[in-house]
Amino acid sequence: MSAPLVDIRNVSHRFGQLSVLKNVSLAIEPGSYTILLGPSGSGKTTLLSILGGFVTPSEGKVFIRGEDCTSVPPAKRPTTTVFQDYALFPHMSVGGNVGFGLRMQGVDGATRTAKAREALALVGLAAAFDKKPHQLSGGQRQRVALARALVIEPAVLLLDEPLGALDLKLRRQMQDELKAIQKRVGTAFVHVTHDQEEAMALADHCVVMNDGRIEDEGPPERVYARPKTRFSATFMGESTILAGTVTEAKNGIVTVSTSAGPISLPGAAPAGAGVALAIRPEHLVLGDAKGDVALGTAKVGDVVFQGSFKRVLAASTRDPASQFIAKAPASATVQPGDTIAVSCNAQDIILLVD
Amino acid sequence: MSVSGSNSRALPWALVTPALAWTLAFFVLPFIAMGLSGLTAHEGGGLTLANYSQFFTDPSYWRAMVNSLEVTAIVTVISILLAYPFAWILAEQVPERWQRLALMLAVLPFWTSYVVRSYSWLLVLAQNGVINRALTGLGLIAEPLQLANTRFATVTGFVHFFVMLLTLTIFANLKQLSPSYRKAAADLGAGPVRTFLHVVLPLTLPGIMVGAFLTFVLCIGDYITPQILGGNNELVMPQLVMMQIGRRGDFPLASALSIILMAVVTVAYLACARWLKIERA
Amino acid sequence: MRAVIRIAAWLYAIAIYGFTFLPVVVLVLFSLQATSFPIPPFTGPSLRWYQAVLSDTRLTSALVNSLLVAVLSSLASVTLGFLSAWGFARFVLPGSALLRGLITLPLTVSYLIIGMGLLVLFNWAGVPKSLLAAGIGHVVINLPLCFAIIYSQMGDHQINIERAARDLGAAEWKVLLMITVPVMAPAIFAGFFLSMTFSWDEFVISFLLTRFETTLPVEIWNLLRSGLNPKTNAVGSLVFAISIVLVVFFELTLLRRKPA
Repeated sequence: MSAPLVDIRNVSHRFGQLSVLKNVSLAIEPGSYTILLGPSGSGKTTLLSILGGFVTPSEGKVFIRGEDCTSVPPAKRPTTTVFQDYALFPHMSVGGNVGFGLRMQGVDGATRTAKAREALALVGLAAAFDKKPHQLSGGQRQRVALARALVIEPAVLLLDEPLGALDLKLRRQMQDELKAIQKRVGTAFVHVTHDQEEAMALADHCVVMNDGRIEDEGPPERVYARPKTRFSATFMGESTILAGTVTEAKNGIVTVSTSAGPISLPGAAPAGAGVALAIRPEHLVLGDAKGDVALGTAKVGDVVFQGSFKRVLAASTRDPASQFIAKAPASATVQPGDTIAVSCNAQDIILLVD
Repeated sequence: MSVSGSNSRALPWALVTPALAWTLAFFVLPFIAMGLSGLTAHEGGGLTLANYSQFFTDPSYWRAMVNSLEVTAIVTVISILLAYPFAWILAEQVPERWQRLALMLAVLPFWTSYVVRSYSWLLVLAQNGVINRALTGLGLIAEPLQLANTRFATVTGFVHFFVMLLTLTIFANLKQLSPSYRKAAADLGAGPVRTFLHVVLPLTLPGIMVGAFLTFVLCIGDYITPQILGGNNELVMPQLVMMQIGRRGDFPLASALSIILMAVVTVAYLACARWLKIERA
Repeated sequence: MRAVIRIAAWLYAIAIYGFTFLPVVVLVLFSLQATSFPIPPFTGPSLRWYQAVLSDTRLTSALVNSLLVAVLSSLASVTLGFLSAWGFARFVLPGSALLRGLITLPLTVSYLIIGMGLLVLFNWAGVPKSLLAAGIGHVVINLPLCFAIIYSQMGDHQINIERAARDLGAAEWKVLLMITVPVMAPAIFAGFFLSMTFSWDEFVISFLLTRFETTLPVEIWNLLRSGLNPKTNAVGSLVFAISIVLVVFFELTLLRRKPA
């Protein structure tokens, strides 16, 4: 395996008394699409700012292409940032905006125009060259910002919540385009978001952050199917969480005593350890079609119709404080107030050791 | 957010130092000089409190401060009472596309020179000026009224100016109010009068206060209007200050009087700031 | 009920407009007086007083002085105000709030007191009364205004725009000239325009700090000593006309361009 394009080593950062990043290390591969996913205050934007050179970390180092860039200013490092509010220059035309970086490099006017047109064509805005930013829609401005950043051919493109200001439909559409553009140009993208659907749709490498730490990272399929921590099990998609204690562990099977009764599943944890069991909504089975692990009965509190399925919330009969979140087919006849049997398959249960 | 971008710590100071130095040299330093001057004796120098005690013991000086406060209070109240309905009419009754023009017309006299504007009122109020001629011509009065060189003239000149100023501030405040407030009040059963009293008026009160404070500060410190329109029959503080410099060259006394005037404005400022703070909390 | 309110509103508005315009109309009307007193009855129209004003070199040179002081002091105010606003908005400086308060402090002080302070200081320091001294005073009153206007417009969005420029490789002075100044142009212009207006119309500081060569408001003040005089009306009307032309000009050129 070649050296990573970006190597973040043991970075910590404080704003005054507030510690926003706590010993974070992260490698970014060439040509990858990395998503930093987390709630606000998780440190993801600060990490992006450190990558972009807008913030110098209190501790730790940032290497880009093997060079120590920790305190290199933004202009001098091979990164470009697409800002959340796009930060287009309002007094320049779209062409002027896109050509700005080349102008700063001293590229002559003709080449600049040609390259800017090319970059605009890449994002599907060839016709907007002479327009002013305020004449464009939100989605179009976003693309101009992308073209402006890409035209100077950075090694890493940094995107700060790039789709945050767009409405839902446009966001999903831009998502597909971002992915397509990234594949075409082959530049490594690092993209910050708090939208887990966006993360799953775009990422080659998904980094889940919380409270200044990386909770989990890997391909989104793996992070979703086998989250490493309780936080990532509930932030990257929903989960039913059952807390419990390991009563027995042998032959790769652990038995956990939970409020829904004892549950045996494949895994390893020492006896006596406090653990949490996470079950994805689509893995909970409601009613008679039983899975191999029975979780008792539950009283249905709420049924929300979501189009292709129904989201069912039900409180365990044995422990009403424990909530099941399940996904039922759209045709299911389950009603609020019903008492139903809940079960699942042992291999679908995610064992999280606290 | 911490900001980097320039590694040099000298740049930010290079940007702000000229403005700070200017303020220190030509605002703070003069103020200190004035403070010291107010404590020196006019004849022969030496430290003394005589200038201040003169103000507090001489009733004619004391009277000037009372006049200043009375005129300012009257002007502030009348200006608000006249400007509020006018701003409301401009904001609510005039169609949207005419509002800009209506407002520009209302503030048109701002654009004459301030000195000339006071002089214009003199033309109107003079012994044989427009008003007296009109009234005698109509047979309403036999003898011309003494209008110029009175407190009435000073107040008229001031009100003319501050109605314009307050109309601007109150209009801006009214336009900022979301129409939803009024709709919500109406929806909850309040009639136009109660909507105004319980919703619109309280929400525009901070704007009125800021306008009133501005009126107070500008009015109490103005020399031109009382000098041209009020004449020397009834002196206000700025006239008293200017008199010390002009006639007698008594800088120390003028300085002491200026400081006293400024102290009064500062008290008003603190009261206003405190009120706004309480209002926002 | 609605109709009554409407009629009352109209009457009230007309009364206020009448009050507002009365002195201005009287001023302009009697500037056209043919005889020597600007009081009824009207004897004009005649342009003789305008001729008298334009051939009065004291008034015309005062007008030039006023323009000179206004332009130069406003340039100084807007430059100092812009640089300091940029510095405070972009960098974290120790005691920032206090220092910003210091810069805006002169806004709360009467012109009379600012003029008095400078008079006392200059008197002690032996600085002679001059247009320069008055100009210095005008910068004292207009610098805080320019600072406050420009500083209030430097929001996060502007900060990001500058960051984007730096990120794309612009050196600091290029960011300033190619991005910050053009983007802030409306606020910079508003500051300049307001400073011009205030300096142009300022009386008491100029009165205290100038002697032989002086500004137009002071020269008009000197004219007032001769009592009611159509020549004063003519000067006043001219100032009024110049101001209106400038306001309309700025309104049409600058405020129209505002993007939607």
